[in-house]
Formats: sequence, structure tokens, C-alpha cells
Amino acid sequence: MSEFFSMGGYGFYIWSSFGMTLLVLVCEVIWLSRRHKALLQRLQRMARLDSGAGS
Amino acid sequence: MAINWFKYSSPASFYPVVDRTIPWFMGSAVLLAIIGLYLSFFTTPDVLQDQKQYYRIIFIHVPAAWMSMWLYLVMAGWAVIGLIFNTRLSFMMATALAPTGAIFTLLALWTGSFWGRTSWGTWWDWDPRLTFELILLFLFIGYMALHTAIDDPRRADRAAALLALVGVFCVPIIYYSVQCPDPNSLNCRALHQTSSLRSIESSILTSMMVMTLAYWMYSFAAVFIRLRSIMLEREKGSDWVNELLGRMK
Repeated sequence: MSEFFSMGGYGFYIWSSFGMTLLVLVCEVIWLSRRHKALLQRLQRMARLDSGAGS
Repeated sequence: MAINWFKYSSPASFYPVVDRTIPWFMGSAVLLAIIGLYLSFFTTPDVLQDQKQYYRIIFIHVPAAWMSMWLYLVMAGWAVIGLIFNTRLSFMMATALAPTGAIFTLLALWTGSFWGRTSWGTWWDWDPRLTFELILLFLFIGYMALHTAIDDPRRADRAAALLALVGVFCVPIIYYSVQCPDPNSLNCRALHQTSSLRSIESSILTSMMVMTLAYWMYSFAAVFIRLRSIMLEREKGSDWVNELLGRMK
């Protein structure tokens, strides 16, 4: 197992590359999904306020 | 069967399509990435020509570089369609593509840097391919900065689209610059390796292709999530957004 992670002594270079790629891509979708949910909530609040003012 | 494609050129009818397809793109991206990573680490040889284990960075580096160029071309393509037909959805598509394109450019540079340290002995070199990949990153960031700097969204769309169009020159330079290495010339010398796709072992090629597909599916998912937000934000107050919000209560 540790032999696998050492990658013939190049583990640092390989895992820095793969780790960064995974981190950045996972963070991007999580951030985008959260932002979309927040936007939906904000728009729904605004719609409720509008309909409340109209009645 | 005739499909009326113009039907989908309006955000109102395209939103549900985007909404429905995101989980499928995300799911296939994860599945392909798992298969691709398994193939990359367990079916490929430990050496590639004169390179040792560190060559495995190829499986995320080359697909990231391909995606960065491809996403730039797609972004510029939507920008041109927007400029010609003045369709607002095309501009939204271009705007949604820019950050994901920038991320893949950054990842290509980052992984390339770690690969370069092991195989060339340097983190960075002002080689033509590396330099223009960096300029590509600045073009993506420039597109985003210009778009946010202009308050009127329609003017922002057109100005940023023009920038995207002008920057297209970078892509063929990145692609072809490695083909001019003349070791005896000072003017035309590239450090970056030329493509060895034709001579490469089939297990390495397969892994690279699967990873590229995973990145592509990921790009669809990320760009569509962003596009979904952009469509709502820019069309808020319109009938279809109000109807959508009404249905979600």
C-alpha cells in the first residue's frame, strides 16, 4: 500500500497534481450548487414580498 | 423527425433542459473519473519511454490542457453566435463557460508545473506553449473581469464577446507551437514535448481518453449549474421565472 503511495519516490509530485485537481473541481461544483440554492431562496423571498404587497 | 431548435434558444424553454440534465452529466463524470483513475494507476506501465512513474501526471494534465483550449473555442463560438444573432442565451452560455475554462487552464498549468519539475528539472519555463497557456488563463480571467466591470448586461455581453473572439489566436499557437522545435535555432525552440499519441501504448491512450471524457462531462455539469443561476438572475421578474418560483413553493 505504501509502495503504491510512494509512486517510486515521485509521490509528492503525483499526489500534488491529482490532489489539487480533485480539490479544485469538487470545490467548484459545491460552491456553484450552494450559490444556486441561495439565489433560489432570495428570488422566492422577493416573490413572496411582491405578492404580499399586491394583496 | 423535425426538432425546432429555435425553441431552445430562449431561456424559458432551455432552463428545464439544463435542470434535468445536470445530474446525468455529474453522474457520468464521477463514474468515468473512477474508471479513468483505476485504468491510469492499475493498467498502465510504470515507465513511459525515458520517463518514470511521474509520467502518470499525463492522465490529468493532457485532458486539462485539451479542455482549456476546447472550452475557450466553445466560449468564443457562443460569443460569435451571440454577436451575429443577438441571442441572449448565447451570451449567457459564453459567460457560464469562462470560469470553468479558467479552472482547467489553471489545472493544466499546475499539473504541468509538477511534471516539468520532475522531467525537465524546472517548475516553469518561458516555452511558447507554456507562455500562451498562461495568456489563455489571462484571457479567461479578462473575459470575466470585463463582463463584471460593465453594469449594463447587454453591453457587457458584447464587449466581453469581442475580447473572447480576439483571444482565439492563442489556441492554434498553443496547439502547434511544439511542432517548431529546431534545436539549432534560437528563435524557434520549444522545451515542451511534441505529441506522442500515435506511438503511445494503448493502455495509456485509453486512460487518457476516459479521463478526457470525465472532464468533458464535468464541464457540462459545472457550466450548466452556472448557466442555471445566470438565467434566473438575468431573467428575474419575467413570467417564466415567476411561474418556476411559484411551482417550487
